[in-house]
Amino acid sequence: MKLFPIRGGIHPEYRKDMTSEKAIVAMPMPAALYIPLQQHIGAPAEVLVAEGDLVRKGQMIARNQGAVSASQHAPTSGRITSVAEVAAPHPSGLPQKTIIIEPDGKDEWADLPEPIADPFAADPHTIHDRVAQSGIVGMGGAAFPSAVKLNLGAQKKLETLLLNGAECEPYLTCDDRVMREYPDEVIDGARIMAHALGTAKVVIGIEQNKPQAIEIMTRAAAAFPEIKVVAVPVQYPMGSERHLVQAITGRETPARKLTADLGIVVHNVATARAVHHAVRFGRPLVARVVTVSGGAIREPSNVMTPIGTKVSDLVEFCGGFSARPESVVNGGPMMGQPLPSLDVPVVKGTSGILAMTAEEINNSPTSACIRCGACVTICPCGLSPVDMAAFIRKDNLDVAAKLGVMDCFSCGSCSWVCPSHIPLVHYFNYAKGVLRELESERRKSERIKTLAEVRTIRIEKAAEAKRAALAAKSKPAADAAPPGGETKATTEEKVNA
Amino acid sequence: MVSMLIAVGSLTLIGLTLGTVLGAAARKFAVKEDPLEEELKAMMPGSQCGQCGYAGCSQYAAALAKGEAAITLCAPGGKPLVEALSAKLGVAADLSDMEDKGPEHAYIIEDLCIGCTRCIRECSTDAIMGANKLMHTIIVDACHGCSKCVKVCPTDAIVMVQYPMTLANWHWPKPEIENTPPKPALVHAQ
Ligand code: SF4
Ligand code: SF4
Repeated sequence: MKLFPIRGGIHPEYRKDMTSEKAIVAMPMPAALYIPLQQHIGAPAEVLVAEGDLVRKGQMIARNQGAVSASQHAPTSGRITSVAEVAAPHPSGLPQKTIIIEPDGKDEWADLPEPIADPFAADPHTIHDRVAQSGIVGMGGAAFPSAVKLNLGAQKKLETLLLNGAECEPYLTCDDRVMREYPDEVIDGARIMAHALGTAKVVIGIEQNKPQAIEIMTRAAAAFPEIKVVAVPVQYPMGSERHLVQAITGRETPARKLTADLGIVVHNVATARAVHHAVRFGRPLVARVVTVSGGAIREPSNVMTPIGTKVSDLVEFCGGFSARPESVVNGGPMMGQPLPSLDVPVVKGTSGILAMTAEEINNSPTSACIRCGACVTICPCGLSPVDMAAFIRKDNLDVAAKLGVMDCFSCGSCSWVCPSHIPLVHYFNYAKGVLRELESERRKSERIKTLAEVRTIRIEKAAEAKRAALAAKSKPAADAAPPGGETKATTEEKVNA
Repeated sequence: MVSMLIAVGSLTLIGLTLGTVLGAAARKFAVKEDPLEEELKAMMPGSQCGQCGYAGCSQYAAALAKGEAAITLCAPGGKPLVEALSAKLGVAADLSDMEDKGPEHAYIIEDLCIGCTRCIRECSTDAIMGANKLMHTIIVDACHGCSKCVKVCPTDAIVMVQYPMTLANWHWPKPEIENTPPKPALVHAQ
C-alpha cells in the first residue's frame, strides 16, 4: 500500500525494549479501588450506588448522562465504602468525585447483558447501545466515549475504519502487547466496529518498529479481505489521528474538522478489543493493560490492571522504585501529564505509568531563542512555535490565537527539538487554557445579557398589564363619558404617576 | 358584553393614539446613535445592574463616550473591562489599587435567609430562586457577580465567593520567565 509523508515529526529514542518483550501479567486485586465518575471527555457519570451497597463485577455503578459521557462499572465484587472526593490522575491533583470499592476477594460477575449472537446481522444501533452500556472510551489516551464516535456513521458517509496501532510514544508497549497476544479479539472488535460504522474497509496502522505485531496481525487478518494491515514509518507523532490518516490516505484533515469529514474514523486497537468483550460476552470495560516503565521502576512490565487501582499499588506490583523518580508521568513521555502524587487511580485512558530518573529527563536551563527555526521545521501541524511562544510570553494571546495556537495538539515535538530548551509546548498549554476560559466567559456574558433583556421585557410587560388593568377598572366609572380624550388623560396620569 | 366592547375599543384607541404620538416623537427627536457609544455598549456586561451609578449599561456607555465618567466604575466587568476601556478610549487607568480578585458569584448562607425576597427583586439577571418566607438560592450559572443582592439582604445572608478551581476549569500556569539575559532595571522618568 502506498503511504504518504506527514509533515515534520521527530525521531526520539524509543526505549520500548524495556517492556516490549514482557508478556501481559495480571495484577492481584488491590485492597481498594477508586472509580472516578469522570474518566472521559464529556459529562461525569451519575452515581447509582451508595455507601454500604454490595456490588458485583461488571455491575454499573454510575450511569452516563448527557450526549457525551460514559458509564462506570465495578471492576470486581465487593462493598462500596464511600463516594468521596479523591485526587484525580491529573497534573493539578485536584479532587474529583470517586466511588471507592472494597473488594471481597470473590471477583464474582454480575448478571451481564446477553452476548449479541450475530453482531454482523445486528442493527448498528444494537452495537452502539452495547458499547455505550459497557462504558467503553478511547483507550489510546484521549478517552473519548467510543459509542459517540461509533455513531458517526449515522451522520456522515464513511469509508474506512482506521485502527490505530501506531503507538508512537516512546516507552509505551501496551498496544503492541495487546496486538501480539490477542490479535483475534482485536480483529473481531474491529470488524464489529466497522459494521456499526457502516464502513467497507478496515485499515490497521502499525509503526514499523513493531515487526512481530505487524506479522501477527497480518496473519490474523488474512481471513478477512476487507482488512488491511499497514506498516507505517516510525515517526513521532504518527499515532495522532490526523497524521495517521494523512500517512495512509494522503489527505489532510482541515483544522476544526474531524477525520470523519474525510470518511475515516480512527479507533485504538485496545478499544477494539474492549468492543469485542462487550459484544461477544456482555463484559463492560473494567480493566486495561498499562505499561509501567521508566528507569526508576524495578521491574518494568505490562500489567492487566483493574480500573481504579491506585498508581502506588501498581508501582509496588512492579517491584517498586529502584531509584528516586524525578518525575512520574501518566501516559507517554511526550504527551503524558506529570502526576503530583502516586495516590491517584488508574483510569480507562491510562496507557502508561512512567517513573523517570533525572537522567531520563531534560532539565537543562532555558536560554534565549537562537532563531534556528528547528521548531518550525518539525511542527507536524505546520505552526510556528517560536512566534506563538513569543506572543504568549508578552501576554498577546490574541495574536497567538491568530497564529493557530488552538490547532496545536501539544505533541511536544517543538519543546523536544529546541536547542535552547524553551518550554514551548508549556506556553501553548497555558495559552489554550486561558483562551478556552475567555471563550467560556464570553459565552456566559452573552447568556447574562439575554437574561437581563428577558427580565427587562418581563418587567415592562408586567407594568403594562397593570396599567391596562387599572385602565379597565377605571372604565366603568367613566362609562357615561364618551371614550376618547378623557380616557387618554386618565391613562396618561397613571403613567406619569 | 357592552362594557367589554367599550374596554376593548378604548384600549385600542389608547394604543393607536399613544403609538402615533410616540412614533412622531421618535422621528422628531431622533438622536444620532454615536458609533463609539455603541461600541462601548457592546463591551459592557449588559446585565443592567446599575452598580456604576447609572441606570444601566447603555447610560454608562453614553457617559463614557462623552468622557463624563471614570472607566473604573463597572464592578462585574472588573479589571479586564477597565483594561479594554483604557485601550479603547486612550485613557490611562490606575489599576494598581484594583486588585483582580477573579470572577465571583453570590452565595446565600441558607441558615441566615429569612425568605424576604428582597434579593430576588434586586437581581437583574433572575439568578436568585426562592419564594416568600422560603429559603433562597443562587443559580450560579446566571449570576454575574454584581453583588447588588449582598447590599439589600437584611440579615447579611449573602456573601460573594470565588468560583472554585475544578478539573474542568484548571489550566497550566504561564511558564516562569526563563533565564533570558537580565533586563536593565530602568524605571520611567517622572
Ligand atoms: S506541540 Fe504544538 S506547536 Fe509544538 S510541534 Fe506539536 S503541534 Fe506544533
Ligand atoms: S527551536 Fe527553540 S531556539 Fe530554535 S527557533 Fe524554535 S524556539 Fe528558537
